[in-house]
Amino acid sequence: MEQILRQFKPQQRNLIHILHQVQHKYGYIPAEAISRISDYLKISESEIFGVLTFYKAFTLEPRGQHLITVCLGTACHVRGGDKIADDFARKLNIKVGQTTPDRKFTLETVNCLGCCAIGPVVVVDGKYYSYTTLKKVDSILSEYK
Amino acid sequence: MTDMFKEKITQPEKLLEWKKKIIASRPIYEKTIVVSSGTCGQASGSLPVIEALKAEIKKRGLGGRVGLKITGCHGFCQLEPNIIIYPGEIFYKNLKADDVPQIIEETILKDKIIPSLVYEDTKTKKKVIKQKDIPFYQKQIRLLTENNLRVDPTNIEDYIVIDGYQALAKILFNMTSEEVIEEVKASGLRGRGGAGFPTGRKWEICRASKAEVKYIICNADEGDPGAYMDRSLLEGNPHSVIEGMIIGAYAIGANEGYIYVRMEYPLAVKHVTIALEQAKAAGLLGKSIMGSEFSFDIHVVEGAGAFVSGEETSLIASIEGRRAFPRQRPPFPAQSGLWGKPTNINNVETWANVPLIINKGAEWYSQIGSQMSKGTKIFSLVGKIRNTGLVEVPMGITLKEIIYDIGGGIKDDKKFKAVQTGGPSGGCIPASMLNLTVDYDTLTKAGSIMGSGGMIVMDEETCMVDVARYFLNFTQEESCGKCVPCRVGTRQMVEILTRITQGKGEEGDLEILENLAKTVKAASLCGLGQTAPNPVLTTLRYFRQEYEAHIKNKACPALVCKDLIVYYIEPEKCVGCLLCLKSCPAGAISGERKKVHVIDQNLCIKCGACLDVCPPKVKAVSKYTGQKRDRLLKKSLRKKR
Repeated sequence: MEQILRQFKPQQRNLIHILHQVQHKYGYIPAEAISRISDYLKISESEIFGVLTFYKAFTLEPRGQHLITVCLGTACHVRGGDKIADDFARKLNIKVGQTTPDRKFTLETVNCLGCCAIGPVVVVDGKYYSYTTLKKVDSILSEYK
Repeated sequence: MTDMFKEKITQPEKLLEWKKKIIASRPIYEKTIVVSSGTCGQASGSLPVIEALKAEIKKRGLGGRVGLKITGCHGFCQLEPNIIIYPGEIFYKNLKADDVPQIIEETILKDKIIPSLVYEDTKTKKKVIKQKDIPFYQKQIRLLTENNLRVDPTNIEDYIVIDGYQALAKILFNMTSEEVIEEVKASGLRGRGGAGFPTGRKWEICRASKAEVKYIICNADEGDPGAYMDRSLLEGNPHSVIEGMIIGAYAIGANEGYIYVRMEYPLAVKHVTIALEQAKAAGLLGKSIMGSEFSFDIHVVEGAGAFVSGEETSLIASIEGRRAFPRQRPPFPAQSGLWGKPTNINNVETWANVPLIINKGAEWYSQIGSQMSKGTKIFSLVGKIRNTGLVEVPMGITLKEIIYDIGGGIKDDKKFKAVQTGGPSGGCIPASMLNLTVDYDTLTKAGSIMGSGGMIVMDEETCMVDVARYFLNFTQEESCGKCVPCRVGTRQMVEILTRITQGKGEEGDLEILENLAKTVKAASLCGLGQTAPNPVLTTLRYFRQEYEAHIKNKACPALVCKDLIVYYIEPEKCVGCLLCLKSCPAGAISGERKKVHVIDQNLCIKCGACLDVCPPKVKAVSKYTGQKRDRLLKKSLRKKR
C-alpha cells in the first residue's frame, strides 16, 4: 500500500490512479486502503467511497481467481451475447457480477470491448475469445477448471 | 532505432536528416511480411502467427532477407489474422500458426501464391490477391487508416519515415497560431466525436480566452458500444494523434495536455504510453519542441469504466479525480475547463486529421466530402453484415454504398431491416432511407446522429423493440444520476419497454413512451440524457407496427423476445440424433435415438441451444410467435396432463 502511495503526490487528481493500482494489486479495494488513501490525500472516506462506487473498475469485494467478461456491446448483443452471458451464469451457478463460492470465477459483463467485428466476444483474464457460441462456453470454462 | 533517436531534434532540418538516416540504415529486404495485430487481430490469434513467423524465419536463416513488421489494425477485422507480403502486396487471410511454414516455403522462397489463403469475393467467388483490390476497400478513401499498414506503432522511426511530425515542424517555424487556426477553419473539419462542432472555431474560442494556463485534452473514452475507430487509431498510429494535439496546443497556447483513454482498451494505453516516451526522447514533445520556443507535455489518464465520462465536462471531472458528473454549460470548457482553466477537448479521430490538413492544405482537404461535412469519416461496420470491419469513407457517401458495396450486403442473404448509427445517442434508419447521404446534417434530420461512427446493421431477425430496450437499458445503467429527467425518465422508459418485450404491453404505452422521451430530451443536463431517447423515438417513427405487434398480438415478428416465442421441433424434420437433447441445459427435451424429440414447453428456458446444435442439413428446430405459439403452448400443456 505504501509502495503505491509513494508514487503519487498527495493530490485529488491522483485518486483514480491510486485506486487502479490498489484494485490491481489486491483484486479489490479493501476498507483499510480507503482510510489510508483518505489520510494521504486529505479527502474524506465518504468521498473516496463515492468515487470508487461510481466507476465500474473498482470493487469492494475480492474477485475470483479468473475473471470472465462477456461483451454486451450492440454488435455482440445482436449476435446473441446475452445468451452467452446467461449460459456462463447457468453453468457457474451464479449471477452476472457474482463470484463462485470457491472463489474460482467471477462473471462480469462489459458494454463494449471494441472488437465488434468478431463478436460475440468473451475475455477471460485478458485472453480474448471471438465468435463465441453456446457450444464454446463449456470448452472455454474447461480451460480454467 | 538509429542513433539519431537518442539525440534531441533541435532544429526542423534535423527531422528530414533523421528520416534519411533511418531509410539508409534499414536493411533492404527481399520480402517484407506485414502482420495486422491490433486488439481484433490478437483476439483472433495473430500472436501465435507472429511467433511462428519469427521462428520459421530464424530456423531457415532468412533473417537478413525477410523483414517482419507488426502493425495495428488494417480494418477488415473479419479476416484477422492476416498478413500482406511485399513486394506484390499478397494478402493472406484468417491465418493459423500452422499455415506459416507453407507461406515461407511457397510464397517467400518460391514466389508461389497459396490459393487457399487468398481472399475470395463473397459474391463473384473470384480470388483477389491484393488487399487494395478487395471490394471492401474499393470505395474507401483511407487517409487516416492507410498508415496503419506502414507503421509499427511502437517505433517512432516508422512514423518519421512516412513524414511524421513534418506538419508540426511546418507550423512551429512557418506559421503563427492564428494562421494554424485559419487553416483548420478553412478545411471545414468538424468534431468526429459526434456533435460535429467546427474544430477551428472551437480552437478560436479557446485561444481568445485569456489565461496563463490552458489545457488540451484528447477524448479517447470511446464508450459507444459498436464503435472502435479511436481504438484502432491509437493502437495503430498513436503519433498521428499526438502530433495533432501538439499542433492544437500551439494554436491555442496550451502547455499541458491529457489523453483520456478508456480502460477497456489496454493495448491503446500501452501504445500511446510508448509513443509519448519516444516523442519526448526525440525532442518532439516536452521543453522547447524541435528547438522552438514552444513547450508542451502530454499525460495519459486511464478511465475507470463509466460511459458518461465521454461527455466533456464529466471527462474533466474524472481527470480531476472526482466522480464523472457533467455540469451545466456555460461556462464552456473553452472558457473554464480543467481546474477552471480554458480547455480544448477534441476526440481521437479529430486530432488525427490535423497533421493531414496542415501537410496537404485546407484547400485540398475541403475538396473531400460533402457541402457541409468535409474530409473522411471512419465507421465501424458491424452487426449482421457480410464484411465487418472499419471503413473510412468520404463524407456524403450513401448508406447503400457503405452497406452493399463495401459491406457486401446482409449476412446469409437475409433481408436488411435497419442500420443503427451513433450508438446509444443515435437512432435506427430503415431500408426506405438507404439512399441517405452520410453527413452530420442529413443523419440528424433522419432522427439519428453521426455520433462517433458506429454503424450496426440489423436484419429481419433483429427485433427493433428489443434494440430500443437494449439501448435504454444501457443509458439507464450509465446515467450518472445527477439530474432527475435522465435518472428517472430513462428508468421509466426501460420499464415500459421491458414490459412490452415480455408481452405485458398495454394500450397507451407508446404514447407514454413518446411523452417521456420528449421530456428526457428537453430537460436533461448533458448529452447523455438529451440523446438517450433517440433509439426509442426513431424505432417508434419507423417501426411502429412492430411495437404494436408486441402490444396487441403479444407477438415478436423478429422472433427475438424470449417471452413471446416458443422453440419447437418439427416432427417431420427431426432425425432423432440426440444432439439437442444432450445440449439442453434445462432437460426439457425428451426422445430416443432415431425417434422424434419433443420440447416440454413448461421446462424450456428458451436459451436457443437446441437451435444452435441442430445440424444445418436437418434444421428441425423452429421458433414461433403469436397464435401459432399459443397453440403449441396449449398442446404441450395438454400432453402434460
